[in-house]
Amino acid sequence: MAVQKLPLAKALNESLRKALENDPKVVVMGLDVGKLGGVFRITDGLQKDFGEHRVVDTPLAESGIVGTAIGLALRGYRPVVEIQFDGFVFPAYDQIVTQLAKMRARSLGTVKVPVVIRIPYGGGIGAVEHHSESPEALFAHVAGLKVVTPATPSDGYWMLQQAIQSDDPVIFFEPKRRYWDKGEVDTEAIPGELHKARVAREGTDLTLLAYGPMVKTCLEAAAAAAEEGKSVEVVDLRSISPIDFDTIQASVEKTRRLVVVHEAPVFFGSGAEIAARITERCFYHLEAPVLRVGGYHAPYPPARLEEEYLPGLDRVLDSVDRALAY
Amino acid sequence: MTVDSTAARQPRRGGTSSSGTKAAGGATKRAARAKKPRSSSSEPPLVQLLTPEGERVQHPDYDVDLTPEELRGLYRDMVMTRRFDGEATALQRQGELGLWASLLGQEAAQIGSGRALRDDDYVFPTYREHGVAWCRGVDPTNLLGMFRGVNNGGWDPNSNNFHLYTIVLGSQTLHATGYAMGVTRDGADSAVLAYFGDGASSQGDVNESFVFSAVYNAPVVFFCQNNQWAISEPTEKQTRVPLYQRAQGFGFPGVRVDGNDVLACLAVTRWALERARRGEGPTLIEAFTYRMAAHTTSDDPTRYRHDEERAAWEAKDPILRLRRHLEAQGHADASWFEELEVESEALGKHVREVVRAMPVPEHMAMFDNVYADGHALVDEERAQFAAYQASFANGEAE
Ligand SMILES: Cc1ncc(C[n+]2csc(CCOP(=O)(O)OP(=O)(O)O)c2C)c(N)n1
Repeated sequence: MAVQKLPLAKALNESLRKALENDPKVVVMGLDVGKLGGVFRITDGLQKDFGEHRVVDTPLAESGIVGTAIGLALRGYRPVVEIQFDGFVFPAYDQIVTQLAKMRARSLGTVKVPVVIRIPYGGGIGAVEHHSESPEALFAHVAGLKVVTPATPSDGYWMLQQAIQSDDPVIFFEPKRRYWDKGEVDTEAIPGELHKARVAREGTDLTLLAYGPMVKTCLEAAAAAAEEGKSVEVVDLRSISPIDFDTIQASVEKTRRLVVVHEAPVFFGSGAEIAARITERCFYHLEAPVLRVGGYHAPYPPARLEEEYLPGLDRVLDSVDRALAY
Repeated sequence: MTVDSTAARQPRRGGTSSSGTKAAGGATKRAARAKKPRSSSSEPPLVQLLTPEGERVQHPDYDVDLTPEELRGLYRDMVMTRRFDGEATALQRQGELGLWASLLGQEAAQIGSGRALRDDDYVFPTYREHGVAWCRGVDPTNLLGMFRGVNNGGWDPNSNNFHLYTIVLGSQTLHATGYAMGVTRDGADSAVLAYFGDGASSQGDVNESFVFSAVYNAPVVFFCQNNQWAISEPTEKQTRVPLYQRAQGFGFPGVRVDGNDVLACLAVTRWALERARRGEGPTLIEAFTYRMAAHTTSDDPTRYRHDEERAAWEAKDPILRLRRHLEAQGHADASWFEELEVESEALGKHVREVVRAMPVPEHMAMFDNVYADGHALVDEERAQFAAYQASFANGEAE
């Protein structure tokens, strides 16, 4: 019973259920999270079991949702907010950046605002405009916020509860195209640290660093590379702010080559930060420059073009070859 | 239910409200006339209990019954607040503060509403609510830290139930609403008072907070100080209807009160807070007042407004009118006013001394309290910064 095979969506649902059970101060709120169970059904059945008071359908106003969540947190609650899609977080961006992130410091540490903002993000599901974006760097850039993203159902289950328990505001990015992928979830395990990276596959020739939706792609790339006799290590970052540079460094000191992969545009993306810092830390170990694979500096394209825009197996393997050729 | 009772009340108060709407709506002579110094005849009705001459008048819906001591207390609050505000303005001119946002002229709005609060109520201010802070018992010098540049807020909001000042216009109205939603969840009967300006009424957040508070019937009172100006822009640039009338469209009552009349502000805010406590939901109060000073010490009002306008409002000065009343009623004699003068001077001196002695925070303080649970990058950068600082000390030692 403790170990189940669940899709990520269900693992997140179970995680929210657990959080609602464990702490009466937890309030789930957002658009359509009640009867409908959210557009991705992550909150399915929760309102039925916990009532409209704990699982709250809000007015259609993102700034209002986050702003009132801040007020609830100031009153001692732990709101878990659902933003329906990545592209719709921007009306609330002001509240998140100017208010949520800074309130603790402004009060000299006397108040806490433990708000979790869940955002289904990323492409690959053939959606219309504003439904496929990866804005994680915009949040990681802001001091006062924490930014995490699970790649597996197990991480979905555990990381979400850890985010809810954190006294800091956490932006919780859910890789929407992995919602339906299954994996083992041990609901009685002792979870790892929320902000620690995970070596998802061991290797010796090169490190592929990814998070969220790209972890699976990178594992596939590593498997393909193995058939060509290349030993590729895959590191799942899990936390984008803070970043566990020690784990990345350890991996790079072993493999001496690093390729960072994410869906977000490469320009000013999280890969740039990682490349810069790893170059500082591992300059004498590196056999090749840190390479980045990601989206282009163009609006996320229409669905018929997204396969070209998103880093797929071929682009990742191409970069593996480039790095190994140095 | 709330809406019904509003509707029942509105016609009486708003007998001229339809004509008010027309005046604001048409691009006619009426609209042009609205730009001139306002005459009371073309304006919607105000709740007033004390005339500019200090005469006590009655209002059918709102009233207060105060003892002479309570009246003197309100007067003292306004005088002390104005003295504090004047001192802060002077300190800015002397270079002790980087900026100051004066409340000159808005004392009655702030003291009247602030004194309507109970201890367990919670206030979400903008950046100008020095008088409300006074009513909450916040040490006035605490308000100066951010204007002096030694912190970005700097007090514990829970120690006086007075939240940090909010610079981004309108944001705090949503925090107030969320907090009020929490009050309801807790089964408490506290109320929440949210302040904002006429300019901020255009912000999405303020309108979203109206939606949320109405939908959840949150015990929040929105107190808009319409001081006629948002920096250089008059209220006409924010709205075509009198602001209090907006509330009706969101499903709760709106009241316009004479913002220079401390008794009226107290009466209406008490009524609205009581309504909130009874579970009848939000109220919008528009305190019709005037910002007699510049927007902030960085502003130059001669570029956009006329001296006659200020003169007209000076005649309605909130402090002067209560003084006239106290004197006419024999509630306070000359020696009482003199003692108060001495007391307010002492406050000014105290503020001056404390501000000048405010220490610049330790450099490392910028890394403090960014996160509750810590953050690896902050730790790393703190250590780097400490090492960098230490390198100078070592250099000196050599
Ligand atoms: C979102 C936002 N935009 C612009 C500003 C700059 N600003 C500060 S005060 C102000 C005018 C505000 O007017 P009002 O809301 O009427 O309040 P008042 O200062 O008159 O009390 C402006 C434009 C700001 N603080 N926040």
